[in-house]
Amino acid sequence: MMESVVSLKNVSYSYEKKPVLTSIDFEIPRGSFMGLVGPNGGGKTTLIKLMLGLLKPDEGSIELFGRPLEYVKDRSKIGFVSQKANTFNKGFPATVFEVVSTGLTAKIGYFKFMNKQHKAKILKAIEQVGMSEYAHQNIGNLSGGQQQRIFIARALVNDPELIILDEPTVGVDYENVKRFYELLHRLHDKNNITLLLVTHDTGTMTEHATDIVCLNKTLHFHGKPNEYTSLSEKDLSRIYGHPVNIVVHNH
Amino acid sequence: MLVDFFTYDFLRYTFFTGMLIGIIAPLLGTFIVVRRLSLIADALSHVTLAGIAFGLMMEKLFLIPIPALYSGMAFSVFGSVLIEKLRSVYNAYQEIAIPIILSGGVGLSVIFIAVADGFNTDLFNYLFGSVSAVSQNDFFMILTISIFVILVVAFFYKELFTLSFDEEHATISGIHAKSIHLLFIVLTALVIAASIRIVGVLLVSALMTLPVAAAMRLAKGFKQMMYLSILFGEISVIVGIISGYYLNIPPGGTIVMVSIFILLLSIGMKKFNFRLKKVRETG
Ligand SMILES: Nc1ncnc2c1ncn2[C@@H]1O[C@H](COP(=O)(O)OP(=O)(O)O)[C@@H](O)[C@H]1O
Ligand SMILES: [Mg+2]
Repeated sequence: MMESVVSLKNVSYSYEKKPVLTSIDFEIPRGSFMGLVGPNGGGKTTLIKLMLGLLKPDEGSIELFGRPLEYVKDRSKIGFVSQKANTFNKGFPATVFEVVSTGLTAKIGYFKFMNKQHKAKILKAIEQVGMSEYAHQNIGNLSGGQQQRIFIARALVNDPELIILDEPTVGVDYENVKRFYELLHRLHDKNNITLLLVTHDTGTMTEHATDIVCLNKTLHFHGKPNEYTSLSEKDLSRIYGHPVNIVVHNH
Repeated sequence: MLVDFFTYDFLRYTFFTGMLIGIIAPLLGTFIVVRRLSLIADALSHVTLAGIAFGLMMEKLFLIPIPALYSGMAFSVFGSVLIEKLRSVYNAYQEIAIPIILSGGVGLSVIFIAVADGFNTDLFNYLFGSVSAVSQNDFFMILTISIFVILVVAFFYKELFTLSFDEEHATISGIHAKSIHLLFIVLTALVIAASIRIVGVLLVSALMTLPVAAAMRLAKGFKQMMYLSILFGEISVIVGIISGYYLNIPPGGTIVMVSIFILLLSIGMKKFNFRLKKVRETG
């Protein structure tokens, strides 16, 4: 059996009476770089919230690292970079170091203080995203692309096995999007981090991802980037419209 | 001139109490400002007034002497718990908790004061602060509160900061947002009750926010801002109390005017620095 970091079995979810996700079967194999695409309102953010335990599925079960989500107390193995990272309060008076340190708060635990090792970890995470020279600058003074790297560093500081990114490149210019993908690529290859990336720039993403999943209420496509790019426009509109069979794949 | 402050006991206690609230008010104020909760401090100070008025009434009607500090504190803490409750009931309109608590506080105050027949100088002191209102007992109580507040903030600093920066992310990572919020607002209530004798009901929120507003202009990071706020708070309180005493003005007024002066300086300084940098860059 293939080892997976997240697995959803027959998961359904509705907001009040509005069904948003129906019977989702979905696995993120360890070591994959998974691109999650789909129309706006297709339920991508909702799916992520379910994986993070922020929402409870109406039906079905979710496992993290092979154990039921309810029993996984230590969430530090999953890093999360949200859509909100683009819209955070830019005037917030915090240095890059301070922002990245918030990633460690829960792991350090109540009634304990940050020590030298923690500080070294924070500096290392900042280095990994290539922002060392900005460590003690105010985060509000950085560009959007640089800020996004800092939020990756906040996720990295826990040595996560999986990082989930929800539309991280919205509002970032082309040049920085390219560098951003290079960074993700490096984290995936060198640090063996599994990635789940929600995005609209399918063009750039298909160059880097190992698997692509297309979501609109249910899963409409699950396959390799070349399979996705070879889909005709007709196929694509069909996918975004009504269900097709999930492409089964083996590693 | 300063000799009075070391000769008269009551002035000495006021002075030391002032130094304590000069630390704890901006300390909590830092979190209040970045979480955009400045108005909550105002709401709580009015609830504290209701508590003080309740104490006055009990004394007048039933000859049960309840020290104002204690009844104020009890109401303030109760009000803070109520605010957190209301904020979760009106999840989408959290700020509605503020006018509810604020008007409730004022309404109760008016009733208690009227029943106690106490619209007099006492009330004036509570509204604008007084240099002669701190007893030895009050001082020791406020000292205890201050130590408690500083310890709790030190122990929960990283959680408070993480929650203030990004509540969603903090919750995902497993921090108990609800409990920490409750703890924080109760601390705020205690600090407000402790500060009221000196700064007064109407101006206590100013001491929590103005030094922070000034520090925000100058600081690079959050910790730096916190320390600068405390420095500005201390300067405001010390200069305010001394000048208030010699000019015969309630200290609430002088303390706030000093903080506003510092705020204006910090805005000016930033502009000046900015221009200097520009001049240097353009050569
Ligand atoms: N908190 C919410 N309450 C009610 N409906 C919601 C909520 N969040 C999202 N929705 C609805 O659920 C659907 C899926 O949203 P979302 O998961 O954000 O999609 P995506 O991230 O793919 O754009 C949308 O129709 C959206 O309007
Ligand atoms: Mg979304």
